[in-house]
Amino acid sequence: MAEEECELSDEQKKEIAKWFLYNAPSGEIQYIAKDLRSVLNDDKLYDEATSEAFPLYNKSHLICLELPCRSGDVLITPYNELEENQFIEPRTAQIVTIDHVKQACTEVRPAADEELASPYVEEFRCALDAEILKYVEEAYPKGVCSVYCVDGKDAEGSGCNFEFAVVIAAARNSPKNFCNGSWRSVWNIKFKEDALEIKGKLQVDAHYFEEGNVQLDAEQECQDGTIFQAPDDCAISIANIIRHHEAEYLKSLETSYSNLSDKTFKDLRRKLPVTRTLFPWHNTLQFSLTRDIQKELGIGK
Amino acid sequence: MEAALGLMRRIPPKHSVTALSALVSLLPNHSSDLLSQVDQPLQVLCDSESGKEFILCEYNRDADSYRSPWSNKYHPPLGDALLPSDELRKLEVEANEVFAIYRDQYYEGGISSVYLWEDNNEGFVACFLIKKDGARTAHGRRGYLQEGLWEAIHVIEVGPEDETTRYCLTSTVMLSLTTDKESSGTFNLSGSIRRQMTMDLPLADGHLCNMGKMIEEMEGKLRNSLDQVYFGKTKEMVCTLRPPSEVVMRLPNS
Repeated sequence: MAEEECELSDEQKKEIAKWFLYNAPSGEIQYIAKDLRSVLNDDKLYDEATSEAFPLYNKSHLICLELPCRSGDVLITPYNELEENQFIEPRTAQIVTIDHVKQACTEVRPAADEELASPYVEEFRCALDAEILKYVEEAYPKGVCSVYCVDGKDAEGSGCNFEFAVVIAAARNSPKNFCNGSWRSVWNIKFKEDALEIKGKLQVDAHYFEEGNVQLDAEQECQDGTIFQAPDDCAISIANIIRHHEAEYLKSLETSYSNLSDKTFKDLRRKLPVTRTLFPWHNTLQFSLTRDIQKELGIGK
Repeated sequence: MEAALGLMRRIPPKHSVTALSALVSLLPNHSSDLLSQVDQPLQVLCDSESGKEFILCEYNRDADSYRSPWSNKYHPPLGDALLPSDELRKLEVEANEVFAIYRDQYYEGGISSVYLWEDNNEGFVACFLIKKDGARTAHGRRGYLQEGLWEAIHVIEVGPEDETTRYCLTSTVMLSLTTDKESSGTFNLSGSIRRQMTMDLPLADGHLCNMGKMIEEMEGKLRNSLDQVYFGKTKEMVCTLRPPSEVVMRLPNS
């Protein structure tokens, strides 16, 4: 049927290219881009597609870029984006400009006061950041995290609501071992007058591709809440809630995996027939085979 | 072309149908190569004569019609279509019957089809296919699967008959598992692996026996591989990203 279709328009080709880029597994977008360039055979279209798809991919995968002069890292997320290529790094109060396609920082400058949160909000943010950092260092061998104020950053005192996004990302890329994976968790915390509403979304994916292509894709949402307290107490409370839910999720992933091996897989294909012996192919010489086998296996009287 | 295959290896298995049709539309000149080299989920038709289902693949297709292994007729009907020789057809009928029993023993359900056709080298080619949908198990009990699919494609090139005959088997297994447990959100593990095996065997026990044993051995290996290596590696990756709490020594101080 493909022979009957007419040539695709440039726009259609670009959309397809963007789809491939956006659906690249963690850590593999550059490889996909290289193959795509070959398939497209049209550099102008390739450049357009990459410039549109990379920003979406980078923000969705919460990629982590090193700041120049090794002064730290910056996470690229939808929560700390100021303008198309500009992202705020609140821990060091800097604004970073990046090149999405190259996945690298091009410029850094200190943040202006108006770009940062008010001192009132910043106290909460800073305390939470410190607690989360402690947690991530403890729980994730290669994790990075940050806390961003996504709403109400100019709040001046109690009575004003504000909202944070806690972002935790860990990626393990081992292309030589044909294995890549990532953990992403995003926690939205709404600070209201007397209570905190917490919503979390956890995503894990892993890709193993030696002589094959197997991928894990898992996701979980959860909710919790706590009372409004002083910044330090809030921070500890929130960090504990996050720690609890993430540990629980990991446990349930492990359970899913062991069920997979023991029960689920067996529903698809047994290791051996019920007879616990290999299939008796040896009577294949004539048609009577089927009757012999049926007799032997005791099926169909 | 190699770049296209590279893309197929990286794109998540659950998107493979979309990916392949996208590639075919980007590279219309390579469409037949792509279609024959990239395995796609197996589709099924019902044979109107026997009421039995059969699996569709490139090997039983002629134009837009597919030949049923049960009635040897094309659906939709096709005049002047490719059919195996009488001798090969006899072997094909037997193969389908025996393979159906094999399939029942290991899969306790599912659909199987076998297609044979002459090739240019005095031998023939056989394609054994199995499709098992695990969410509807044979005994009607719901397992943990919300969606579970095992599809196996075994293509054997059988050489000319001699003292020993050469059998070249290329097997692909495609797997997709989605568990359905409220507390753990969505959990989807899918993938495909492909292996080859070549053996030179005497014809004493017949072609069917030789091919059957090879397939059985191969399926066992692939199943184990998927279970231990592939699933094992992805699980290892998850635990590397975030080790289980028992490993963490320090307790939170609040």
